[in-house]
Amino acid sequence: MYRYDEFDHAFVSARVEQFRDQVQRRLSGELAEDAFKPLRLMNGVYLQLHAYMLRVAIPYGTLSSRQMRMLAHIARKYDRGYGHFTTRQNIQYNWPALSDTPDILNDLASVEMHALQTSGNCIRNVTADHFAGAAADEVADPRPYAEILRQWSSVHPEFSFLPRKFKIAVTGAERDRAAIQVHDIGLHLKKDESGKLGFAVYVGGGQGRTPMIAKKIRDFLPEEDLLSYTTAIMRVYNLHGRRDNKYKARIKILVHETGAEELARQVEVEFASLKDTELKLPDADIQAIASYFAPPELPNRAEGWGNLARWKKADEGFAQWVHQNVQPHKHPDYGMVTISLKPIGGIPGDATDSQMDLVADIAEEYAFDEIRVSHEQNLILPHVALADLEPLYRALVASGLATANAGLITDIIACPGLDYCALANARSIPVAQEISNRFGSFERQAEIGELKIKISGCINACGHHHVGHIGLLGVEKKGAELYQITLGGSGDENTSIGEIIGRGFEPEKVTDAVETIVDTYLGLRRDKSETFLEAYRRVGPQPFKDALYGGAQEAA
Amino acid sequence: MVSKVLTANRLADGISVWLDASGNWVESLQDAFIARHAEAVAALEATGKTAFADNKVVDVNVVDVEEVDGILRPLRMRERIRAEGPSIAYAPGYHGLSGPKNFAA
Repeated sequence: MYRYDEFDHAFVSARVEQFRDQVQRRLSGELAEDAFKPLRLMNGVYLQLHAYMLRVAIPYGTLSSRQMRMLAHIARKYDRGYGHFTTRQNIQYNWPALSDTPDILNDLASVEMHALQTSGNCIRNVTADHFAGAAADEVADPRPYAEILRQWSSVHPEFSFLPRKFKIAVTGAERDRAAIQVHDIGLHLKKDESGKLGFAVYVGGGQGRTPMIAKKIRDFLPEEDLLSYTTAIMRVYNLHGRRDNKYKARIKILVHETGAEELARQVEVEFASLKDTELKLPDADIQAIASYFAPPELPNRAEGWGNLARWKKADEGFAQWVHQNVQPHKHPDYGMVTISLKPIGGIPGDATDSQMDLVADIAEEYAFDEIRVSHEQNLILPHVALADLEPLYRALVASGLATANAGLITDIIACPGLDYCALANARSIPVAQEISNRFGSFERQAEIGELKIKISGCINACGHHHVGHIGLLGVEKKGAELYQITLGGSGDENTSIGEIIGRGFEPEKVTDAVETIVDTYLGLRRDKSETFLEAYRRVGPQPFKDALYGGAQEAA
Repeated sequence: MVSKVLTANRLADGISVWLDASGNWVESLQDAFIARHAEAVAALEATGKTAFADNKVVDVNVVDVEEVDGILRPLRMRERIRAEGPSIAYAPGYHGLSGPKNFAA
């Protein structure tokens, strides 16, 4: 893992003390709210419905056990005993007192964490494939490049007041697990014919009220040009991105209005002047950062294969969990474990302090001290020997963390919605809970197969509903909640934006509607190997419209 | 006219509060002062501006409420959830809006 150098330590500590002074001046009345609000937002402190909310950055979703224990400590000491892992691979605390936030940030700094750039019109936390460094299908670990981007973008003076927020995602495999095509910049790490590393560069993706799929503007950017080319994109955006209308200020609108070809041309012009400057990454620097992300020494543990077969035979629950939540690792004796934060009927992404402590303990004991947060709101242990899966599973079962549903219909993404969020129009969590309860049996979920439901409580789409196979968007209509359903969205290498299927559903009817959609799919799929998304792409929306509305009017 | 109450979030901890008849910011909507005519609403708005300027509270708003069987109920779902807390059992010992005061639905 990356370790702070002296500069990082000094910088983060200085920011904590600066914020402490700002909070004290705010509480004493010396600073008015209008002056203070942008300062607190720069340090990740929002005001929500019930209280302040602190969003803590987890760069590219990677954590050590020590850091996870600190997150648990903060939940216990300053909050109400839990935290919420988000679709940005971050964690949010829902109840911190403003007066405590400097102490929280100080505690975070002690384990090399902070809340910088988790708000505001700057470059936000860079996200990455949660299986980075472990996945059997990756070309190279994308996290060193995410870390280079993090260092470059941290309080970058030129890019701290952009027209709007800016999100970058990086993946290192053909299978896109980081949803790069719905980010402002998506980077696909790959090799050219000569084996040299570089990136396919996508620009202008995003969700929110105007969902757009990013356009590829470079098929192969050599790795040494990462910062100069990214800077070129940022400069074009900073110059031409709209500042007159916040709803048209994201780079996706600029790309759409300018045209990808013309925008790429402008970027190339800027890039030509930056290419051979100090922004060019020396190989030694790339290697130095990459060395922090070197995989752990993984001794051969071939005994795991026999053990695993025996354990699976003896315990059906364990077998189901391995089947669903353990993915192949680069090393054949190891697996990548998804710890589901989606217990049946639970709150997607929430974890209690004791659960966080437990994950830290087992990561230390069985997983080389490494934990990831996925953008699907689960936790990942990227390196676990097959020979250790059974005791690890037992520990998870005891803490309610062994739900065997990764990638299934109850592995639902949901934003905090109107239960917490000041921007929301409708609740997300109770809808997720009811759907989860309805489809809770493992057998039923396994029969349905891969199906991603994503729920947002407003058009800002933090719950990624646009790329849900089934997406639910909560709106307020005549003072009541209503849920609009989209079908056919996907956030992978074949990204698509879901299509609105018809008029919305009241809260008490939305789970029935989802069940109707699922039953329709089960009735029309060619066989069990045809997933919901494949079936939808084959047959289109009509069978689902017919099932949901019959001959009734479909207008949204 | 629709009855109104004054609500805000306390500066130091951000907790949702309502103005009571004694001019105190209290944590229960049910203890809030109810403005039933235009002059009372104007007084609420003035009090809110002063409290904000005095750095006691932030995000000050006058919101519409109705009285149902002696219980104050905000007209908007957003305000009902602000008043009652999250509608979900988010932490051990908390039961969401399942108790007798449930008025979010």
